Amino acid sequence: MDVERIYREESGRILATLIRLLGSFDLAEEVMQEAFAAALEQWPKRGLPDNPRAWLVSTAHHKGVDMLRRRTRFNSKRDELQRLAELEQQLSEAEENMLRPDGVSDDRLRLIFTCCHPALVLEAQVALTLRTLGGLSTEEIARAFLVPLPTMAQRLVRAKQKIRDARIPYQVPPRQELTDRLEAVMLVVYLVFNEGYSASSGDAAIQRELCAEAIRLGRLICELLPGESESRALLALMLLHDSRRVARVDGDGEVVLLEEQNRDLWDHGEIREGLGLVDSALRGGVAGPYALQAAIAAIHAQATRAEETDWKQIVALYEALLRLQPSPVVELNHAAAVAMADGPAAGLRLLDGLEGKAELREYYLLPAARGDLLRRLQEWSEAALAYRRALALTSNEAARSFLSRRLAEVQAKGE
Amino acid sequence: MQYLLLIYGNEEHFGKLTEAEQNGVLKEYGEFTKSIAQSGHYRGGNELAAISTATTVRVRDKKRLVTDGPFAETKEQLGGYYLIEAKDLDDALAVAARIPSARWGSIEVRPIVPHDMP
Repeated sequence: MDVERIYREESGRILATLIRLLGSFDLAEEVMQEAFAAALEQWPKRGLPDNPRAWLVSTAHHKGVDMLRRRTRFNSKRDELQRLAELEQQLSEAEENMLRPDGVSDDRLRLIFTCCHPALVLEAQVALTLRTLGGLSTEEIARAFLVPLPTMAQRLVRAKQKIRDARIPYQVPPRQELTDRLEAVMLVVYLVFNEGYSASSGDAAIQRELCAEAIRLGRLICELLPGESESRALLALMLLHDSRRVARVDGDGEVVLLEEQNRDLWDHGEIREGLGLVDSALRGGVAGPYALQAAIAAIHAQATRAEETDWKQIVALYEALLRLQPSPVVELNHAAAVAMADGPAAGLRLLDGLEGKAELREYYLLPAARGDLLRRLQEWSEAALAYRRALALTSNEAARSFLSRRLAEVQAKGE
Repeated sequence: MQYLLLIYGNEEHFGKLTEAEQNGVLKEYGEFTKSIAQSGHYRGGNELAAISTATTVRVRDKKRLVTDGPFAETKEQLGGYYLIEAKDLDDALAVAARIPSARWGSIEVRPIVPHDMP
């Protein structure tokens, strides 16, 4: 009997329902922990209940109502007494709902929208989502974001206080606000994914966990809001990136560039699922930014060898992305794609146009890309200069090691 | 639950509008106030006189200190407020977004802490 497995798989759902029923994040967390403790004690003796989740919700809910009743005795205001009466009535309804298979899905959706409410700062949205829906411990989240534990704990406390004191509602936004609010949710999910995917420092197991959690949240949104094609595109994008996880780092922990990766190591199950989702997202009408990025990832995934990559199409997709969401980083990626489609000189001309941009001044990938194109043009000394500039701008270990190797390579050629 | 909607804007900008434009803004405010009275949100609200009329008072060691100001050092000054009753933050934000000044200034939405009257 695996209470731990049930905790991992069900705690997000259970917490979501308890928050709705009890109207308080803190109380819900407290009584959920107590219910799991009770399960650890009782299930081995009496056997697993027919519906463990329903058992846990109703046990926790009873504890929550008891706790509120005790507090109210000290502090008996009329409002609170009325709230208590309502809670007790909800108790029986909740138990009935639990027995229906889809009875609680709405609660998780409410919870996502509350955690990702724009009235909370982005870091707090991310932390709260991982804590409540992902069931990660505060310590794990702190380690993942390289923040001291007390800082992360404080961040979560403040967010929960604001939800309570400013009364951030626990509801799925109305239709007319849904698109904007869903965008905020997707941003949080994608941030979680990128934190797990791009960070090369920190605990590898936690990085993997963040990616897995982001994919799980992505799936959940698709499942709960099946009509939204951008959510399918986001899930596709994450799956297609994740499919390269094993191939992008070699045995020594060094970064392996896309064109040099052993494509047999790609996760073809994730690719298949990702490609199917991209197809369905693109059929959903006008392609949004996630759909375009997923389509680019799909083209890479479909090339069985790096030389077979359809760079012309990737260039066209980046141009569409630039029209939709112009940013210096997208321009940089576009220039790199142009270099592949039309030769390094054409890419270099585009990079020249990016040199003065304030957003890219500290961005090591700009001189790194320049170094790469100069290397291909066999401009050895200029390439070395660019790699040195890139090295000065990053402290990321894996990136530094890669750039140093390239620098040594062009220096050797130049001699 | 009650929220105070604090309206921040640049006084100078308003001063530079033509009389017709200023009247347009005032009319819009009148209509907005009427609409939130009808929807049951309105609990109170006022425009404040220019920040040049502000006076600050402090009491230190039982001594009263009165000073001119604060002066408009920041780009936006508090120019008025509404007190509203709203279901939750989303409801309050929806009302705040309809305040005419939200289009050129900004609205700070602050929940009121309930206290029992003595």
